[in-house]
Amino acid sequence: MLEKRVIVCLDVRDGKTTKGVKFAGNVDIGDPVEMAARYYEDGVDELVFYDITASAEGRGIMIDVVRRVAQRIFIPFCVGGGIGSVDDMRAVLLAGAEKVSLNSQAVRDPSIITDGAMRFGNQAIVLAMDALADPAMPSGYRVVINGGRVPTELDALEWARKAVELGAGEIVVNSIDADGTRDGYELTITRLLADGVGVPVVASGGAGVPQHLVDVFDHGHADAALVASMVHYGDYSIESIKKHVAAAGIPVRRSL
Amino acid sequence: MSTIVVDYDAGNLRSVETALGHLGADFTVTDDPDVVRRASRIVFPGVGDGAHAMRVLADRGLVDAMHDGFRRGVPILGICVGCQIVLDRTEEHDAVCLGLIPGVARRFMFEDRAGGLNDRRLKIPHMGWNQVAARPGHWLLDGVADGSSFYFVHSYYPDPASGADAIAHTDYGITFASAIERDNLVAVQFHPEKSGPVGLRVLANFLERR
Repeated sequence: MLEKRVIVCLDVRDGKTTKGVKFAGNVDIGDPVEMAARYYEDGVDELVFYDITASAEGRGIMIDVVRRVAQRIFIPFCVGGGIGSVDDMRAVLLAGAEKVSLNSQAVRDPSIITDGAMRFGNQAIVLAMDALADPAMPSGYRVVINGGRVPTELDALEWARKAVELGAGEIVVNSIDADGTRDGYELTITRLLADGVGVPVVASGGAGVPQHLVDVFDHGHADAALVASMVHYGDYSIESIKKHVAAAGIPVRRSL
Repeated sequence: MSTIVVDYDAGNLRSVETALGHLGADFTVTDDPDVVRRASRIVFPGVGDGAHAMRVLADRGLVDAMHDGFRRGVPILGICVGCQIVLDRTEEHDAVCLGLIPGVARRFMFEDRAGGLNDRRLKIPHMGWNQVAARPGHWLLDGVADGSSFYFVHSYYPDPASGADAIAHTDYGITFASAIERDNLVAVQFHPEKSGPVGLRVLANFLERR
């Protein structure tokens, strides 16, 4: 049986891992390569690196981080942030990533999803979206871009379906309302998307305790869950999270 | 005596190289059919479109070189699409494949409640970690605990004509052959290069194969 994935998310700025709360107040928390290696040893299923550097110089640093990560961990990983062209995708995939994650750029120019999928395959193209609860939208959620600062006219569910049609092989849904709160994932939007598209859906934002992952797998129907704060600060290990999820009867990969 | 990795623009070529390098393997990456003909061990990676992969192999003159390697009896390891196109045919754009192992690469189809077949009940691609149940005592999974999980990402699966060619099985809506073998050719649908310590062990087992 296909197992539910636990994915660690690392926000990287100028080559350092950073973590913010509600998209503000970032603090550096370590070297992404060393952190990746540690999570790999601890049994994480996948990693995501979001490059939150804006400068071109930071871009080069990120490629170097990706290259060094690929030498150390032998599980899939995804890179997002600042990817605006097929050439950008090629650079991170050649450096060793399996997938690229598109967010604001795909909203501004949806054809980038198709271009990437045609060139690298659907499995390599992840559409990440930041969603904000908004009763004015048909699904109840609005897509926001630019790190959660700029609202769009896109409905979250409609955009997810459109992205899959265009070639996205996976959807990451990050709830801005839940992000960094540690109060749990936003189950409603996660379930809407997980039931509404034919590709895997990854829940993001809000994980604080292992039970939150059980909830988002059971009630949010997520295929995978992103964690950040709860492991970055040493409150939980991947092993302890998986142990809890497995005890709830949910299939997860354990080292045998 | 050399291990070669066949370069036909497969998406996981770099990952396979990195994993082999990590294991300390001495290998060459090549798209030169003559180098493949002299190889004493062949790794045949793969990610992407099976029909496209066959076209690239044909363009580079690698189809005959792969047949030659199979006939010479050198150990060959196919990975993912490299596990599908060793069969006779793939349903992906209905392409003729290498025909080294009788069988077909099929698109996932699941039975619905009314007894019909469709590809909607489970998500496609089959992406993530899933358990591999291997034939007990098989050399490829030597040292890998029974029921260990490997990383998969694929929409088509190998369906060998003879059940005897299947050496491992995995469940995803249906039970399919996740590893196949005939003579000197072994091929896995999962990605050993991305399956953590157990995947590295599978690659190491192949590198030690005589």
